Amino acid sequence: MIEEKFAFGRSFIHQMEPRVKILVSFILSVTAALCNNFSIIFVYFGIALILIAAARLNLTEVIKRLKPLLWFLLMIWLILPVTFDGSILYEYHWLKITKPGIFMCAMITVKSITILLIFTALIATMTVATLGNGLHKLYVPDKLVFLLLMCYRYISVIEEEYKRLLRAAKFRGFTPGTNLHSYKTFAYLAGMLFVRASLRAERVYKAMLCRGFTHKFHSLDVYPPKRVNSFFLIGIVIISISLFMIEHIWM
Amino acid sequence: MNNNSSIIRLEDLCFSYPGAASNVLDHLNLEIFQGERIGMMAPNGSGKTTLLHTIMGLCKPDSGTINIFGNSLKTEKDFAPVRSRIGLLFQDSDDQLFCPTVMEDVAFGPLNLGYSPQQAIETAQKTLEDLGMTEFEQSITHRLSGGQKRLVALAAVLAMKPEVLLLDEPTAGLDSKVKEKLAHILTRLDISYFVISHEFDFVSAVTDKIYSMEKGRILTDDEVHIHRHEHVHKHGMHPHVHK
Repeated sequence: MIEEKFAFGRSFIHQMEPRVKILVSFILSVTAALCNNFSIIFVYFGIALILIAAARLNLTEVIKRLKPLLWFLLMIWLILPVTFDGSILYEYHWLKITKPGIFMCAMITVKSITILLIFTALIATMTVATLGNGLHKLYVPDKLVFLLLMCYRYISVIEEEYKRLLRAAKFRGFTPGTNLHSYKTFAYLAGMLFVRASLRAERVYKAMLCRGFTHKFHSLDVYPPKRVNSFFLIGIVIISISLFMIEHIWM
Repeated sequence: MNNNSSIIRLEDLCFSYPGAASNVLDHLNLEIFQGERIGMMAPNGSGKTTLLHTIMGLCKPDSGTINIFGNSLKTEKDFAPVRSRIGLLFQDSDDQLFCPTVMEDVAFGPLNLGYSPQQAIETAQKTLEDLGMTEFEQSITHRLSGGQKRLVALAAVLAMKPEVLLLDEPTAGLDSKVKEKLAHILTRLDISYFVISHEFDFVSAVTDKIYSMEKGRILTDDEVHIHRHEHVHKHGMHPHVHK
């Protein structure tokens, strides 16, 4: 279900400390999101492309990942230009395409693709387990981290259980349709899934108690300190601060 | 090994689930001594899993005493230190393996015991090596096969260096190859264990005596001793009676 296609590789981005990657992706995405200048947003886009290249990811796979976003953007391009107020670029009867609308759309497009590329290059290049460890070391509350890790671990188990239930229903001749019987069946499936999930949660908790769990989580990961980590982090911080200054003071 | 000291002693234990008409455990008595390897075969729903969970303090008995390693245990506080000395292998390995990677899962117990990450990793590596599972160290837990999961779960339990093992249907859902491997691993262990299983061949291969359970009580008498008997005789086709 969760494939982690990009998580395994030998590039320097793959070997970078997870904390640095999380921080950098956070800094870059926030500054890119706050940026309102077209030429500067393209600098961020360039950085994103460089990161993707540095991580040596398969480009077709990366574009495939962008697909859901592109659908979303298409919708924005259909709606925003005709609903936004401002100077009119093109008019046809009641249809008015406005300049700020187009500008807004272009901005959203570049920004969202940039941020997604940054996350693909930095966050998707680690396993969820590593991500969890990185978050833990950044002092993200234990409960949140474990919520993430447990979801990751059990989502496939729950999917398996859902499939099993659905299979059982299908074997007995169930064909989903638009009728009350189908809705009822799906409601039963969902209900059963909740019941099973909560029973499983109980058993997992018991198993954890059996292994000496004391409501404190320990982590195994040890990343040797490397200079490249701090250089990368400092470099990105400097770049984003200067881009921010250029936009707000200079321009 | 000292065969005289009892590790686990249950006396007059009663347990019932809320709303159930009859007791799952009904004045049950059980004693496991150091070095003993006991198997138990009993029908489904006879309270085997409940029994193991009661020993671990996961189910609170209605009455009776639980005495483990010479201490009488009553509250959650009493059970906590004992749990790390008893290893319970759950029926469903997916319940037991909750960490993203195998290494983290096996090291989870040792870390809880206060080992440093380095020590925990070493212990986990050693345990996996003993079970011939070294190659799975960095595997993602949920991608393992059923058999691999069972062995990793066993490694996770053994990594805590328990003094006694409780195994809840360890062979359920496994193919004969993994079963053989499991039997091989168990017979090489030098700690006591208590195995619940439906499979006579497996239980008889890894244990010295076999108990049964009926109506919430354990039967240890020779007369009710479960055994399989195979025989060959000339007139097998004809109706006959065994005495």
